Amino acid sequence: MNKIVPVLTVLAVLIVIWYAAAVKMNSTWTFDQAERAGTEVSFSELVTDTMSQTRPLLPAPHQIATELWKTTVEKKITSKRSMIYQGSITLKTTLLGFGFGIVIGIALATVIVLSRVGRLTLMPWAIISQTIPIVALAPIIVVLSNAAGTGTLMVPKAIIAAYLSFYPVLVSMVKGLSSPDQMQLDLLKTYGASQRDVFWKLRLPSSMPYFFASLKVSVAAAFVGAVVAELSTSAIAGLGARMLIGSQFGEPMIMWAALFAAAILAAILIFLVGGFEKLARYMMGGRAV
Amino acid sequence: MKKPVIDAQAVDLTFQTGDGPVHALKDVNLQINKGDFVSFIGPSGCGKTTFLRCIAGLETPTGGKLTVNGISPEEARKSRAYGYVFQAAGLYPWRTIAGNIKLPLEIMEFPKADQEKRVEKVLELVDLKGFGKKYPWQLSGGMQQRASIARALAFDAEILLMDEPFGALDEIVRDKLNEEVLRLWAATNKTIGFVTHSIPEAVYLSTKIVVMSPRPGRITDVIDSPLPKERPLEIRDTPEFIEIAHRVRDGLRAGHDL
Ligand SMILES: Nc1ncnc2c1ncn2[C@@H]1O[C@H](COP(=O)(O)OP(=O)(O)OP(=O)(O)O)[C@@H](O)[C@H]1O
Ligand SMILES: [Mg+2]
Repeated sequence: MNKIVPVLTVLAVLIVIWYAAAVKMNSTWTFDQAERAGTEVSFSELVTDTMSQTRPLLPAPHQIATELWKTTVEKKITSKRSMIYQGSITLKTTLLGFGFGIVIGIALATVIVLSRVGRLTLMPWAIISQTIPIVALAPIIVVLSNAAGTGTLMVPKAIIAAYLSFYPVLVSMVKGLSSPDQMQLDLLKTYGASQRDVFWKLRLPSSMPYFFASLKVSVAAAFVGAVVAELSTSAIAGLGARMLIGSQFGEPMIMWAALFAAAILAAILIFLVGGFEKLARYMMGGRAV
Repeated sequence: MKKPVIDAQAVDLTFQTGDGPVHALKDVNLQINKGDFVSFIGPSGCGKTTFLRCIAGLETPTGGKLTVNGISPEEARKSRAYGYVFQAAGLYPWRTIAGNIKLPLEIMEFPKADQEKRVEKVLELVDLKGFGKKYPWQLSGGMQQRASIARALAFDAEILLMDEPFGALDEIVRDKLNEEVLRLWAATNKTIGFVTHSIPEAVYLSTKIVVMSPRPGRITDVIDSPLPKERPLEIRDTPEFIEIAHRVRDGLRAGHDL
């Protein structure tokens, strides 16, 4: 309860500002119309009009909410205009990319921690990979995966999502796998433990808190990657594609509804991953938090 | 004559560090027999830990000869000759107490059924019966340290090496654990190497007290304790006890003056 009050306060303030901004930004259109018709606009007329335009510069919150309601609950899920349908495509890309990101991140981190050669050769490249803007890489990835004969657009999109999401996992896992201190390593040595034992019984379990902490960042990155992939691969489906279509065809409602659908989906994903993290911590003997 | 379990002859160890060599051990000669309880006492930096680590094969002397059971410490380590207890309990937070004690057993590939039996046995030895299913954070510091001793005992190593195991605990808990270690020692007849900073602790526990001094780390005195094997806590008020404590203190002081 204590947590909810501040959140709601901020939300209320934002909504008020938003309404004010909507009135201000959409008023130009209202005044233009009035001038053409040669009529005067009263303040109440102004407010009503700025909040019910079909193509407002900035839709009012309740307009977006209505649009979201229409495109999620009222539309059939199979319809192209359904945000659930579009969202499920983005979700699929995100999860694929997230999954690949986790596997790649853990695999690279393992090589980096266990071998000096790996540390010297892989780490710099991993860092460089994140300095290249993904938007520049996206078309190249599409062309290459087409040339490789993957057929669908899902593969390059997932690659792009994975490209962004592996990095947080990699960095955290490198830290986590090297977190056991000398004393713990010495203790295993006194048992005559093999490198395999050290990895499976000490390094890997020690790295789990780091791993879980990275998942939230990583799933968000995968989601951003999925949306960017849809935006930049001339995809026709997915929330990113809807945003693009909305802006290109002058349909601000679609654009804003897609944006909010994306935000809600991302929030759900992060919430679920956070829940999984708590559960996993509990199962690993942590205190309940 | 009986062959010593641990035999150090003119052991020397110099660490090469960034700012020059550190002479951590110089000309260390010591024989430890089976069933001895040997305490190492001395000011910080005199090489107590280093010497214990040499016995454990975690550090290699740069000079002299060191054997454990007649073989090199390295080989002795591989034949699982000893259990090592560090100052920090170092229990895995993701394993229960029983799981932690099983760790060496799993690595040494003891049969599953045997593992359970051993865990039960050592938990009873360190007076932690019934705590097997708890996680480390649910136990006090003293209990955690007892669990780490249980872990070192689980695989029946004949030598037990302990580096300031009770250094971080308060006096009362320490007294209790000291009594327990003695009981344990009597019950298992292990050879024990024990590092401490406390004179009463060293005198109370040991059959042999090794006084060391720093720069370079060396042995200044070896005191064979005449105290009986049976030692109630009150023994610390007897004249014999006080006399040995005196000798240890003198040894420590002499080391400081040099
Ligand atoms: N790995 C190492 N590399 C370099 N120098 C070391 C290393 N280990 C120990 N030393 C040095 O060797 C000397 C002896 O250290 P050691 O840890 O054995 O002392 P100690 O008697 O156990 O001290 P304390 O009572 O503080 O634990 C110290 O001067 C220390 O700085
Ligand atoms: Mg020490």
